[in-house]
Amino acid sequence: MIVTYPHMGYMWICVKAMLEYLGVEVALPPPTTKKTLLLGVKHGPEFACMPLKLNLGNFMEAAELGADTMVMAGGCGPCRFGYYAQVEHAILQDLGYRYDLVVLEPPEKHIGELLGKIRQITGNRSWRQVIKGINFGYKKAWAVDDLERMAHYTRPRELFHGATDRAFKTALAEIVAVRQPEELPAARERAMAIMQNVEIDEHRQVVRVGIVGEIYTLLEPFANMDIEKKLGEMGVEVDRSIFLSEWINDHLFMGFGRNVRSSKEALKKAVAYLGHFVGGHGLETVGNTILYAEKGYDGVLQVLPFTCMPEIVAQSILPRVSQDLGIPVMTLIVDEQSGEAGLITRLEAFVDLLARKKRFREGLA
Amino acid sequence: MTVKVGIPRALLYYYFYPQWLSFFQHLDVEPVVSHRTTRGLLEKGLRSTVDEACLPVKLAVGHVLDLKDRVDYLFLPRLVSMARREYICPKFLGFPDMVRNTIDHLPPVIDINLDLYHKRSNAYNFFQTLGKMFTKNPARIYLAYRASCQAHGNYCKELESGALPGELKTLANSNGKNGGMADITIAVIGHPYNIYDRFISMDMIKRLFESGVNVVTADHLADSVIRQEAGKLPKQLFWTLNQRMIGAAYHYFNDPEIHGLIHVASFGCGPDSMTGELIERFARSRSTKPLLVLTLDEHTGEAGIVTRLEAFLDMVRWRRNLADVAATL
Repeated sequence: MIVTYPHMGYMWICVKAMLEYLGVEVALPPPTTKKTLLLGVKHGPEFACMPLKLNLGNFMEAAELGADTMVMAGGCGPCRFGYYAQVEHAILQDLGYRYDLVVLEPPEKHIGELLGKIRQITGNRSWRQVIKGINFGYKKAWAVDDLERMAHYTRPRELFHGATDRAFKTALAEIVAVRQPEELPAARERAMAIMQNVEIDEHRQVVRVGIVGEIYTLLEPFANMDIEKKLGEMGVEVDRSIFLSEWINDHLFMGFGRNVRSSKEALKKAVAYLGHFVGGHGLETVGNTILYAEKGYDGVLQVLPFTCMPEIVAQSILPRVSQDLGIPVMTLIVDEQSGEAGLITRLEAFVDLLARKKRFREGLA
Repeated sequence: MTVKVGIPRALLYYYFYPQWLSFFQHLDVEPVVSHRTTRGLLEKGLRSTVDEACLPVKLAVGHVLDLKDRVDYLFLPRLVSMARREYICPKFLGFPDMVRNTIDHLPPVIDINLDLYHKRSNAYNFFQTLGKMFTKNPARIYLAYRASCQAHGNYCKELESGALPGELKTLANSNGKNGGMADITIAVIGHPYNIYDRFISMDMIKRLFESGVNVVTADHLADSVIRQEAGKLPKQLFWTLNQRMIGAAYHYFNDPEIHGLIHVASFGCGPDSMTGELIERFARSRSTKPLLVLTLDEHTGEAGIVTRLEAFLDMVRWRRNLADVAATL
């Protein structure tokens, strides 16, 4: 059995660590590229959202590496993602790929269903070890997220162009290389040190932008055309509303982890504008926009794949939030037709406006 | 003066209107239904909605705008779930908030949750909360609720025996048959708010009737049949309307009386993008019946639809004749 799973940003690091620790053979899909997207667009449903098409492309490319078992997360709606695995599997079957499908999702009747599926992947490892493996994966996700946060801080302030990206790459390699949980803390220290060595100008004036929206397009740099890097190079310090480790803590560990930012606060804030959860991260998008406004950010950027239902609900509400709280909000919709030059132009215009507004306000004060 | 409650002729109006109208009438509240869809009404909706929203939502906003200045309350219930472990669509969940945050000067909005997702939830809670807004007498609410349930039950029975909802009722004879003139039967599969709205669907059902076609829809099947057919999916669908669509499609694909199917989707509809794919794959691999997929949006041209319908019907008839010839050989 050779297991594969789709890409979502740096998620592969944490899942690979977990599975390999448990002795499962993993065939990682090649990094998502234009070719992946083309494969997905060709064979996927026309109006499906972009993550499905990229997933599909990932699975097709992974099959070439010998993968025979696809692992997907599931859900119980109302977001389309809950039915991804079944539709993708049906498409792959029709194309002649022979994949075994394992969907990890909230059980319909009792917890045994989910445990059985985990057993299917992990074989006869003890539950103690499985839990240890999951914890190892979580810790790795956490380390990667910390590195990303540091990169968000240093990128707009770096003295030498590209220094942050080079450091981030080396630091990430340190984390990826770890195979045993005991070695992780030391590797984490080393990686942090690499990031801290990036020379920065601490007093540089930067614009602060919060990024909200749909989880896949936020986490996957290919899907959002490396928006964090582009903004960073324009002198913008970004904060992303969703990090993988926070998501794991909120949804898999029921928020038990301490000292981790949780989406609960955002959900509470959102109620004034949106009275019910709408699936996906629609409610979080509204809530986080309010939080960013309260924390004094200069602007908010919403990113979503074309036709994403929960985010469209949020998108229709954000203009009112923006008006009430006086925070500029821009919505970016991505799909297979998105062009990079158009994105850069829009980002530059947005950032110019934010910087101007900030200067103006500081001039008054 | 009686209180006027505005009900937009959109979204699940086509599924619930007998029940809602009867409930309001029993409480001496005057239900006001918005006008029939027109180009102007849709245009108004388009201007007040984000571009990315789907056609039914834009249309529903148009109907809200049509009502807002002539009613005391707007009835926009938050339709969370119509059956256990099922939702409708995220946009239905957020619709009252989308309206409230994009349109100014609205009358008070009634956005009570209709939520049957959990085991112990029931529809009475919804009607009780609704009734309390207009009367203090619990017995009256209960009686109105009973009457409304009966109205809904009768309506479902009528549909199952072949009637069509709303204005289309008069088109079909009571048994749904096309006055004995029809030679083929086509199943129209789509969301009720797309196929029953005569403007949005470009009067598709009437056109089919006029071309000598019997029309059946998902609403002509009993719920149990639909659920059984939809149960063949690898995982239960969590969208009620799409479960109805896919169950009906599977059923009609296997029904020898049906000569072809038309799948009507609105552009950018999330659930349809998934179930449409499954229906198409089923049609290709396990059926020989022709399937026409029509996607509607605010730019859809009438001529294009007519041409495609005509071509489709020609093909269906041609195939049927071939089959007849083959049978005599």
